[in-house]
Amino acid sequence: MATRGESLTPAGLALGRAAGVRGRPFVLAVGGIAALVVALVLGVGFGSVLIDPADTVAILAQRLTGIDLGRAYSAAAETIVMDLRLPRVLTAMLVGLALAVAGVTFQGLLRNPLADPYVLGTSSGAALGAAIAVLIPVRIAILELGLIQVLAFVGALLAIYTVYKLSRTTGLAPLTSLLLTGYAVGSLLAAGLAMAMYLSGAQLRQIFTYLLGSFDAASWTRLAWALPIVAIATVAILLRARTLNGLLLGEETAANLGINVARERRILLGLASLATAAAVAISGLIGFVGLVVPHVVRLVVGPSARLVLPLSAICGAALLAYADLVARLLGEIPVGVVTAVIGAPFFLAILRRARAGSEL
Amino acid sequence: MSALPAVAQPILRLANVTVTYRDRDVLDRVDLAIQPGERVALVGPNGAGKSTLLRVAGGLLRPARGHAELGGMPVGALDRLEVARRLAVVPQQATLPFATRVEEVVGLGRLPYEHPLRGARPADRAAIAAAIERVGVGHLLGRDVRELSLGERQLVLIALAVAQATPLLVLDEPTVHLDLRHQVGAMDLLVDLNERDGTTILAVLHDLGLAAHFFPRLVLLDAGRVVADGPPAQVLAPERIRDVFGVDPGLVRIPA
Repeated sequence: MATRGESLTPAGLALGRAAGVRGRPFVLAVGGIAALVVALVLGVGFGSVLIDPADTVAILAQRLTGIDLGRAYSAAAETIVMDLRLPRVLTAMLVGLALAVAGVTFQGLLRNPLADPYVLGTSSGAALGAAIAVLIPVRIAILELGLIQVLAFVGALLAIYTVYKLSRTTGLAPLTSLLLTGYAVGSLLAAGLAMAMYLSGAQLRQIFTYLLGSFDAASWTRLAWALPIVAIATVAILLRARTLNGLLLGEETAANLGINVARERRILLGLASLATAAAVAISGLIGFVGLVVPHVVRLVVGPSARLVLPLSAICGAALLAYADLVARLLGEIPVGVVTAVIGAPFFLAILRRARAGSEL
Repeated sequence: MSALPAVAQPILRLANVTVTYRDRDVLDRVDLAIQPGERVALVGPNGAGKSTLLRVAGGLLRPARGHAELGGMPVGALDRLEVARRLAVVPQQATLPFATRVEEVVGLGRLPYEHPLRGARPADRAAIAAAIERVGVGHLLGRDVRELSLGERQLVLIALAVAQATPLLVLDEPTVHLDLRHQVGAMDLLVDLNERDGTTILAVLHDLGLAAHFFPRLVLLDAGRVVADGPPAQVLAPERIRDVFGVDPGLVRIPA
């Protein structure tokens, strides 16, 4: 994907060379994919039962690609890898990808470097929707998962729509207005989540994990629900990279560059909410991934959404896979705690710099 | 619609355009026709409706009555991409949420031509390089536009519009942030784009002296109405300057 990017075509090289960024997208893409592969092997190997990395590679090779590496491993190891660890690692990657792509989309669309599904309350909306779905008694498991996805999406959409509309009616600067509105709506939704927990009874633990963010309950079934949704939303957003680029100079300039801003905004807010909801429905509230990843990627390759979107997808997947690994090594603490410890100081650092003025 | 006669069609036409905002006519029955290859300055006091007129021309604002046409096509019947290939707008100012290099900003001028999947192609690269060369911002390549001076940013925004390669270029007070030397430089550039490349230019200008010196045709707007349209010496007659701007005409130097 990245090889189609800005600085890699022949004529682009001349411009890229002047800026000293030639080849950076390529390096980041290769590095990110390598990090993903390492995360897969480590993530599958580590846990309460330690599995030899060589065994891990042999099991993955045998089961995923059918290649027999001629190494003997126990049936127990195979069960742990295939039924427990692999879905968990892949879930972490999928969620990281979805949140990073949603982050890039919200930031570009709202022209705000601090926007992300968590900060804007979109994740909270999705979590509340999912929690309500848990409370509705559905006896057939597969339908319950579907209901969780649907209500998470409804919750995410309502949250972002409310935040967006309200933020436009305050007299504050757009950046401040959006963050404050996101905070207020997010707090209200968190109260709703607390209420859902209060009412939950037997499902308390399941709803509690929505609040904390965790991959404990990862399974192939849950992954199978989220994967197509995230895939569709991500591809559809990638196809609209041009819109996000056009919005760099504001909505009026975007319109003058041929973009139907009102229509594109509705579509992109919907798609980013869809990706967020699919992620939250299988993992709960995991903050700051959508904030940290796009920001770092932009520092490396510049603001073009054509590069930032795919590279953030790769790096977001890697970041959350490693965050989950850390969470497990620290004794199964919620992964949302790990991302918050990384992300909150990061958020403050960006906020400090934003004061210097992002106005052109 | 494609069987229109080949006679000179105005590149931009406003027909009886009225724009109302909170019970006030911001534009009041404005008629204006600009032919291909013309260079026109739009002048008038603050609040006369100059920026509104530009927004109507670009289809960003739908008039309450009347309509705008680009090359004979009603703007309302064109989609945004078609408008963006006919008319480029240099805004008064623009903000950037992220660090963005000069060549990336200029490159945005190619968005109306970009393939949704493949992005910029070699032809786009060439157009970007040419625009950078033409406007003379090559020495700024690689720099974050947010760190440039106001005058340099203005030039980058002009380069973006040049990269857009439209027959009509519209500018909203392009000299507002510039010192005198850069004002003259920007005017020379507009004259050159007009005379050498044949780009039709419509620029909102505050400085009547600059307008009169560099533009053969002035359109004077006051309280939403076109009160004069013609060569500078005729439009900027002393009594009209006193009437419309409320200042001593001796303050404005009109070249003979």
